[in-house]
Amino acid sequence: MSEAGKQHPRYMLVFGGLAVLTAIEVTAAFMGFPRSVTILLLLGLAIWKALLVALYFMHLKWEPRALKVLAAAPLVPAAIMVVVILMEYV
Amino acid sequence: MTSQAATMEGGRSPERGLGVPTNKLGMWVFLGSEIMFFTGLIGSYIILRFGASNSWAAPGEVLNVTVTAVNTFILICSSVTMVKAFAAIEDGDQKMLKVWLVATVLIGASFVGVQLFEYNELIHHGFLPSSGLYGSTFYSMTGFHGFHVTMGVICISWVTIKAFRGGYTQDDHQGVEVIGLYWHFVDLVWIILFTIVYLI
Repeated sequence: MSEAGKQHPRYMLVFGGLAVLTAIEVTAAFMGFPRSVTILLLLGLAIWKALLVALYFMHLKWEPRALKVLAAAPLVPAAIMVVVILMEYV
Repeated sequence: MTSQAATMEGGRSPERGLGVPTNKLGMWVFLGSEIMFFTGLIGSYIILRFGASNSWAAPGEVLNVTVTAVNTFILICSSVTMVKAFAAIEDGDQKMLKVWLVATVLIGASFVGVQLFEYNELIHHGFLPSSGLYGSTFYSMTGFHGFHVTMGVICISWVTIKAFRGGYTQDDHQGVEVIGLYWHFVDLVWIILFTIVYLI
């Protein structure tokens, strides 16, 4: 990052995105869509917001590939656990 | 790696095979364990919620979504101030580093304050950790997250004091970056928790 010099990512743009997505999320939760649609929509928006934070605020976008892999690695067992649990009920 | 000792003297942790400073790598490994910790909580939540869905009230019925949505916005703001503090010291701007760090501490503490206010309101309305599965999962998940935020506020306060003592420079500010990673992670976890605990 230090060589990239003083060219900082557009943090305020990311902030605006997070604020707008949060507003959409809260609105969508009470729109009366079918429950499965609401759940998928809200989870999609939450993951989108989480990615914005990880990629831009945590600078993962500009990190070496090895660190990206390290950061993503725990998501694999986490995803397996959640999917296996959900399979019990869906 | 050519002169590790010299690098250490400069106060920066050395970079090894991955090309990532050791303390930053350490924080990422710690955050990996935190992902598993919160996944454990979320996994239990899914089991309990699907297994006893009658115990849960509809979104907004018991919990105050408006107040928490504002609190979510507050936490996002604190992530922005934190990243601005990092950007300031990357530019060597000592004054703005301090301004943004103080803002982060204040906004972060506000989040905890609003959460305590929310707990107080809920308890007054009879919604307790002992109020069935809904109450126990709600207080477990938000409580563990609130504890993380509180620890973050304490650590950032420490970093802020160090900043006021001139402890960071344009070339050496890994402390700001590493606590920033923790802080953004806590924000990221809240984004997920807010969705599944309050909105779904």
